[in-house]
Amino acid sequence: MNMASPATAASPTPLVRARDLCVSFATPRATVNAVNGVNLDLAQGESLCILGESGSGKSVTLRALMRLNPPKRTVVTGELNVANQDVMQMTQAQLSQYRGPVVSMIFQEPLSALDPVFTIGHQIAEAIVRHEGISRKAARARALSLLELVQIPSAARRLGAYPHELSGGLRQRAMIAMALSCNPRLLLADEPTTALDATVQIQILLLLRKLQRELGMGVIFVTHDIGVASEVADRVAVMYGGRVVEEAPVEILIRSPRHPYTSGLLGATVHAGTRGTRLTTIPGAPPDLAELPAGCAFAPRCTRAEPGCHKAVPPLLEVTAGHHVRCPVVCPARIQAPINV
Amino acid sequence: MLEYTLKRIAYTIPIGLAVSLVCFMLVHISPGDPIDSIVPPDTPTEVIEQIRAEYGLDRPLPVQYGLWLSRALQGDFGESISKGRPIGPDLWVATKNSLMLAAFGATLGFVIGCVLGGAAGAFRDSWIDKLCLGIALFGVSVPHYWLGMVLVIIFSVQLNLLPSMGMGPTGPWAWDWDHLRFLVLPAVTLSLIPAGLVTRTVRGLVSDIMGQDYITTLRGKGLRTSGIVLHVIKNAAPTTLAVMGLQLASLLGGSILVEAVFAWPGTGMLLNNAIFQRDLPVLQATTLVLAFFFVFLNLIVDLAQTALDPRMRRT
Ligand SMILES: Nc1ncnc2c1ncn2[C@@H]1O[C@H](COP(=O)(O)OP(=O)(O)OP(=O)(O)O)[C@@H](O)[C@H]1O
Ligand code: SF4
Ligand SMILES: [Mg+2]
Repeated sequence: MNMASPATAASPTPLVRARDLCVSFATPRATVNAVNGVNLDLAQGESLCILGESGSGKSVTLRALMRLNPPKRTVVTGELNVANQDVMQMTQAQLSQYRGPVVSMIFQEPLSALDPVFTIGHQIAEAIVRHEGISRKAARARALSLLELVQIPSAARRLGAYPHELSGGLRQRAMIAMALSCNPRLLLADEPTTALDATVQIQILLLLRKLQRELGMGVIFVTHDIGVASEVADRVAVMYGGRVVEEAPVEILIRSPRHPYTSGLLGATVHAGTRGTRLTTIPGAPPDLAELPAGCAFAPRCTRAEPGCHKAVPPLLEVTAGHHVRCPVVCPARIQAPINV
Repeated sequence: MLEYTLKRIAYTIPIGLAVSLVCFMLVHISPGDPIDSIVPPDTPTEVIEQIRAEYGLDRPLPVQYGLWLSRALQGDFGESISKGRPIGPDLWVATKNSLMLAAFGATLGFVIGCVLGGAAGAFRDSWIDKLCLGIALFGVSVPHYWLGMVLVIIFSVQLNLLPSMGMGPTGPWAWDWDHLRFLVLPAVTLSLIPAGLVTRTVRGLVSDIMGQDYITTLRGKGLRTSGIVLHVIKNAAPTTLAVMGLQLASLLGGSILVEAVFAWPGTGMLLNNAIFQRDLPVLQATTLVLAFFFVFLNLIVDLAQTALDPRMRRT
């Protein structure tokens, strides 16, 4: 697997390159700054996991990669290139050709993300008909082979099933089949297993990992679950208040997290790889995205905050190759010294 | 689906019986003696009793009900007290006329409602939404016999474009402009309430559906707007059809005032006259036919809804 770090990913052809991506929503009450300057790099065939508390902007970031946030009240700025296409400049017509064949998404709750009054077969086939212009019959045949690819038993029968007639696990498999239907180069998965029971979760994760390797897609995963991250990801990015606060190859991040928020998330003693390990809760509440503090967004909850933390947003610093941390307090010059809290 | 259809049809039998019983009883528990309206005030009691016996009004109620229902089911609704001739043929013609008017009014209302509601829902909170909602509010709140009169004043009296009374040339109805132009004003007047209700229903449905996760999924698949509209329509259809079916049913019976304004010879007129003349058998028969239409349309709505929405197929 390609272990590209942000530094090297820029070289040949990065699949995804986002710079200073910002997303805000105009709501009647205030402007919600959900994503505030995210840089992302993903190589072909690489898999990145985005980790973070609820409300940290993970889903909004994923949707921004597809320009899928509600168009009317969303403002997106920054640079975004996917598969050598400038996504920010795309018209609605270009976007509708980009979504599907280039990038597609698996949603968290397959029951609500599938249309209840159309069959699974129809919903998979319509994307194929749309993008490849083949006949409905040929598209249905493709849909059948996709259902077999995602290991749905008695696939032919399920083509005619409605979403409510399938179990949660089968529904999520159908969703995956739908996302794969136009051979995307980038697959986005927004908490694809959260709605499922533990055993089904494992099966779906293994399936996704297998498909990613076989089809060579780039994958960006959003999850709450460290176990999931260590299972499927090459690299992990931790988000807080709409910013990436730490990013590193998965073993490094789990073994030696640097950012106080990451350490807090992973808990004092980390049993990495234990699937189902929920992120520890950190005292205090996530920041109000309508009124972000001027400095480090984590400062109000940080046990190691210093006066300087409240002044300006800390930069993302590289501590070791491929390991970036947004916290000057734990930056390289000071890591040498033993840390006493 | 077949099993559900049969079951649902079977359900209509007890419903129909209950409805017929209510129709029958409503008339019998209403105050006043129907015989009073056809005889002079000083008629001897024996004569009154004799007339009463002729109409079968002296028998016990359950017997009257049984006789009335079994005859009604064979199309024999008895004789009109005021006109002294069989009710059946008159009722049949009136029902046909009302059905035609209601169908036109309901279809017009349905089309207007879908267009306005669809636009309002798709452009929620914009000026389009406010305009469409305003029209809908007007439709449901303005008294429609009043609007009927306004239309008559404008289009018949002032502009002299459309006729204001009746069903056109005597003789059988024909589908030509000479006859159809008589339908325009009453149908437009009648369409107002369903147009308003359907607008509000469709607006709510469309804006609700457009906020659903699966619409985001569809956008995420790269579907064009036309492809997404198809999903919105199929999701909105069951509820919209249900509202529409019930509206059609209530237009059938609820158009008394509009039929009176336009002198449209339908069930509304028939009921109107029957009420003022205390013509019990006509009242019973008309109510019964309308109620059966209601039950029948309910059945159709239920079956259509079940056919359209796979989630309702589990019984
Ligand atoms: N369409 C929208 N309009 C207004 N605010 C939004 C919208 N979508 C998301 N937000 C806000 O943006 C913030 C980030 O939301 P996001 O869904 O990205 O969180 P998340 O990290 O995915 O959390 P979770 O783990 O709960 O899914 C939240 O405060 C949310 O309320
Ligand atoms: S910058 Fe300061 S407040 Fe923010 S995480 Fe580092 S130590 Fe804590
Ligand atoms: Mg989310």
